[in-house]
Amino acid sequence: MKTFRIGGVHPKENKLSAGKKIEVMDLPKQAVFPLSQHIGAPAVPCVAKGDLVKVGTKIADAGGFVSSPIFSSVSGKVAKIDAVIDASGYRKPAIIIDVEGDEWEPTIDRSTTLVHDTPLEPKEIVAKIQASGIVGMGGACFPTHVKLSPRTPVDVIIINAVECEPYLTADHSLMMEKAEEILIGVNLIMKATGVKKAYIAIENNKPDAIALMQEKAKGFAGIEVCPLRVRYPQGGEKQLIDAVVGRQVPNPPGLPADVGAIVQNVGTAFAIYEAVMKNKPLFERVVTVTGKGVAEPKNLLTRMGTPMSLLIEKAGGMPEDTGKVIGGGPMMGKALLNADVPVCKGSSGILLMTEKESLRGEEQPCIRCAKCVSACPMGLEPYLLQKLSEHAEWGRAEAEQIMTCIECGCCQFTCPANRPLLDWIRMGKGTVGGIIRARAAK
Amino acid sequence: MSNKLKVSLSPHVHSGDSVRRNMDWVVVALLPAMLWSFYVFGLGAVIVTATSVASCIFFEWAINKFILRNSRTTISDGSAIVTGLLLAFNLPSNLPLYIIIIGALVAMGIGKMPFGGLGNNIFNPALVGRVFLLISFPVKMTTWPVPHQMTAYADAVTAATPLADLQQAGLGDLFFGNVGGSLGEVSVLLLLVGFVILLVAKVISWHIPVSILCSAFVFSVIFYVLQGKMPFADICLLSLKHLCAGGMMLGAIFMATDYVTSPMTHKGMVIYGLCIGFLVVCIRLFGSYPEGMSFAILIMNGFTPLINNACKPNRFAKEVKK
Repeated sequence: MKTFRIGGVHPKENKLSAGKKIEVMDLPKQAVFPLSQHIGAPAVPCVAKGDLVKVGTKIADAGGFVSSPIFSSVSGKVAKIDAVIDASGYRKPAIIIDVEGDEWEPTIDRSTTLVHDTPLEPKEIVAKIQASGIVGMGGACFPTHVKLSPRTPVDVIIINAVECEPYLTADHSLMMEKAEEILIGVNLIMKATGVKKAYIAIENNKPDAIALMQEKAKGFAGIEVCPLRVRYPQGGEKQLIDAVVGRQVPNPPGLPADVGAIVQNVGTAFAIYEAVMKNKPLFERVVTVTGKGVAEPKNLLTRMGTPMSLLIEKAGGMPEDTGKVIGGGPMMGKALLNADVPVCKGSSGILLMTEKESLRGEEQPCIRCAKCVSACPMGLEPYLLQKLSEHAEWGRAEAEQIMTCIECGCCQFTCPANRPLLDWIRMGKGTVGGIIRARAAK
Repeated sequence: MSNKLKVSLSPHVHSGDSVRRNMDWVVVALLPAMLWSFYVFGLGAVIVTATSVASCIFFEWAINKFILRNSRTTISDGSAIVTGLLLAFNLPSNLPLYIIIIGALVAMGIGKMPFGGLGNNIFNPALVGRVFLLISFPVKMTTWPVPHQMTAYADAVTAATPLADLQQAGLGDLFFGNVGGSLGEVSVLLLLVGFVILLVAKVISWHIPVSILCSAFVFSVIFYVLQGKMPFADICLLSLKHLCAGGMMLGAIFMATDYVTSPMTHKGMVIYGLCIGFLVVCIRLFGSYPEGMSFAILIMNGFTPLINNACKPNRFAKEVKK
């Protein structure tokens, strides 16, 4: 069975919410829309305090080409535009809407009938995707229309349905319930880019999804399901391309398109279907609420802007001994300052860790066991990069390719001495990146 | 509630591996050979092992407490136990106690702690201790009790190493451990059992032991062929005996694979192993010592930082064809 070639680890999968049906999350009383839900320039508000909005009304325009508009997920009145703490932990500007009723924009097709064909031309499809505020829904939130406008010819589309993060099942549940919609979405991506071949990459810990997608994919020319061996970080773009088609994306500024590939998340494919075929902009997504202490782990179809605390309540409330709330999975997710941050375009899951789980082990001296070197999927030497960062040897750190680190956390996960390798490497990356930019600016 | 949340950077989970777990598995892997040595050499082996382990632990504790004045003791990581066991494995079972204690003092006091304790030493501490004893007490260190005589500790009948006259030693005796020698090195079979345990527990990878054994075999065949005194079949048999005799297996599986003093990449490990194999054959065939494993490993320990600089892992996207 295929997998990527270098490094990787296999954390306990803990997919507690696997096999659970997607439930529709209740509407919040107030919804919060941070203006920066994507990589690139923040969106620019196009509503003012007191304006009435419907579900699907655009409330912020894209702030540039690498940016994305934002749509209201609720109907009601704009309460204010203010700074709130979002999942990044920083205070950032956001549009806050008081919810009144649930009135949708009439242009949105709310029926469940499948639409198979569109008269739209490739360029029009990309424009529609851009206008619908679609970004990569795996977590990185890179604006999708930018990826669909590659600078070099592309011959393969890879749909990322790997979900290699432990605990998360949002993509899995979406595939089980929206298989055909996803496949039509993949078809749209192929049409938009003129590519004839698409792979849907699924790890083999989801045999039901593999079987279902294989069955449904028979009706679509050029789409093939590619089962992969379970291995983290297979959902990383570079690792996924390596695993599926055996091509390695060159180091930055190299892009997947340089090896002829475009990777899109399976949730993004579904959002593209809804945007193009149903005229529905991106304002809701499936969020996994999970954790060992959670009474009922769930997959919830959630309107964006809903505070995460409401989703936690829906799943049985926050357990008494919760030590950490993580936005995303345990390997790359962010620990949240509080549970009131809103669900955004990239929120794939909410993970509650118990007090005991959230403690790190005591740091011990490096015993040079080389397990971090074997685990690093980029072929780096984490122990060395950590030391170089600690001793501020930025020149050597750059020469040892610190900037190619993808921050997957395999090194720190595997370290028997509990060393905070990635903490140091992140610091080193920040400093070395600054040095490189300063040099380029001269 | 919400004001008590912990915030840290990812990853938020850990494999559960620990320094202690790795050390414990090394001890488990050493057990079969240790029990065999107790059976073969009797009470002497028990006394030597106990003394060595106890004094290694004591010296690490004492140096930490009275010289380095560390508030935190490092005994609990289990590395002193492993050093003590490995030192004992390299000693004859009738060695006087004061010599063992000197060996442990040198291992910990010169080999390990001056560099900053676990993780920072350049040379394998147990081998530093052993080589110091070998040079200081050459006679006592190179006469080994004959196996299977459950006599008193002090007056065992001794014999020279089978390496001195390898052609007379039987391959089967060498493999199963019916020969004289240091405590832990006699039974090749049980050392291989330990190797399998280490591999299954993912404590070490196969690279270092396999490359040492392959290289030692190949170079010994080459050198004997160049000497041209024996038919080829005898040369191969003799080379196989080299792999099974003396400290070869113990060194390849347990000493050369010491995390701290061996290279970090698989490429580096193979180069390191090949060089050890070459050196040990050179020392055995052309040197004045019958055994060369300790020296070969210590020499290559010194080259480990250079190997680490020269051998980088296979970087992602290095060999992309555009």
